[in-house]
Amino acid sequence: MSRGVRRLAPALGLVPFFGYLTIFLIIPTIAVVVGAFVEKDQASLSNIKALGDNVVLRTLWHSIVLSAESAIIGAVLGALLAYAVVTGKPDGLLRRTVTSACGVLAQFGGVTLAFAFIATLGFSGVVTEAGRDVFGIDLFGSGWLFGLKGLTLVYTYFQIPLMVIVFLPSLDGMRVQWREAAESLGATTWQFWRYVAGPLLLPAFLGSTLLLFANAFAAYATAAALVSQGSPILPLLIRNALTSEIVLGQSHLAFALALDMIVVVVIVMTLYALLLRRTSRWLR
Amino acid sequence: MSTARIRAHRRLQAFRIAVFVLLGLFFVVPLGSMAAYSIRVPGGGRTLEFWKQLGQDPDLRGAIVTSLELAFLTVALMLVLLVPTMIWVRLRVLWMSRVVEFLCLLPLTIPAIVLVVGLKGVYAWVTYFFGDSSLTLTFAYVVLVLPYAYRSIDAGLASIDVITLSEAARSLGANWFTVITRIVVPNIGSALLSAAFISVALVLGEFTLASLLNYNNLQVVINLLGKSDSQTSVAASLASLIFAFVLLVMLSFVGRRRSARRATIVIAPAPQPMKEG
Repeated sequence: MSRGVRRLAPALGLVPFFGYLTIFLIIPTIAVVVGAFVEKDQASLSNIKALGDNVVLRTLWHSIVLSAESAIIGAVLGALLAYAVVTGKPDGLLRRTVTSACGVLAQFGGVTLAFAFIATLGFSGVVTEAGRDVFGIDLFGSGWLFGLKGLTLVYTYFQIPLMVIVFLPSLDGMRVQWREAAESLGATTWQFWRYVAGPLLLPAFLGSTLLLFANAFAAYATAAALVSQGSPILPLLIRNALTSEIVLGQSHLAFALALDMIVVVVIVMTLYALLLRRTSRWLR
Repeated sequence: MSTARIRAHRRLQAFRIAVFVLLGLFFVVPLGSMAAYSIRVPGGGRTLEFWKQLGQDPDLRGAIVTSLELAFLTVALMLVLLVPTMIWVRLRVLWMSRVVEFLCLLPLTIPAIVLVVGLKGVYAWVTYFFGDSSLTLTFAYVVLVLPYAYRSIDAGLASIDVITLSEAARSLGANWFTVITRIVVPNIGSALLSAAFISVALVLGEFTLASLLNYNNLQVVINLLGKSDSQTSVAASLASLIFAFVLLVMLSFVGRRRSARRATIVIAPAPQPMKEG
């Protein structure tokens, strides 16, 4: 046996794994990219052109606004919660409870989450009825829960815990000595945050926000269960394109829309990776 | 402590209490509302009627069984596919480890809604070979749980000395199959358990692939039920949620026990992307 063969032979053990992932991960991903450039079994740019349609652009914009809003709200509130956790005992019950709960709640999404909010703020939701009976206020309004504002609120429910999970390590990386050093030099609390902690934590904070953005942008199930009419955001437009044969005169629009999503996610994740590299320099 | 220090400390405590109470309410109120919603009677009073429906509604029962079967099959296939591969990579083909890691974490960056568009074509073939059963979703679910399972198992393998263990076994005459099944696997039991837990929790909560590939699982049926009988559907949601909560809390304990032995990160079951440390 030559050296090359001896080196390569054990790699045969990986064939089942690679075979499986080729069929169920690589081929579908390639199919999306290729499918975006096919229409009626022919190479065509018509689906890509359809991405410039006003309907698609508006939906994309809604998706971006929803993801950005829920990411920013989630990041700010999540960071506050994380800070409230770090300032407690490192091994305290409170901290363990909050981190466990966040681990669970960050996974909480989809139909269940949508129904939780319908049971709370839907037309006959518990809080809506309490508001109506006790305070005489109409929380339901004209059904804002089932629109973009409602989605922002509902997404926040899993964004805050996710922020706690990803941001907590950075806060943990802050040294008490930095605070003491700043204080011994006469810095006020504001100055400490403005000139020391703020700049140090900013890359981690922005990186986490980007991660939250990608998380909201990719979410489908929650929105699908909450919004049954119309397609205000991109994932729901994909649903529409998949379930009805022709949308905007295109039969392969779902592929182009999916490609659109991949492009946005790749851009966001690249920025995230760049920021993370910057962060890891200081906060270990 | 100076008075300024004491004042700062008080301010911090007030801030912490405010944050915990306000955000706590935000997280508890929807869950409490679900519980209240599922037991109330229009016009006043309470009933457990809708909870009893859970065991009686034939569609729901079928869906629960399907989802449990899917969870079981997914865990089985995931373990069979991933465990030998990951052990093998550490033992013999270390130069492939980056590629394997990249592929395992890739599903985190591809949204399920995107994956389903590409899977439609693949599933035409799956149906051709395996018939049109909801259980064929197993194939896609294995991909979905891959990143989480990979992280758990990787942490488990990192906490033991795979090479030394296998060399010892090999020098005593064990073949590679024995090394994997009787030496390495028993040593990473808690990692496998946590991989299985997170997989089960994910499969039971899965909606996107099932609904868009036109299969019925628990979440799809709950969603349908929501249109006709909202109180039963909320009861079912809450039940599935509690079940997932219990699983994931158990997972966090398994994770903690392992991390106590080795000072590494706890596997937080969160959709973090590939580049984190």
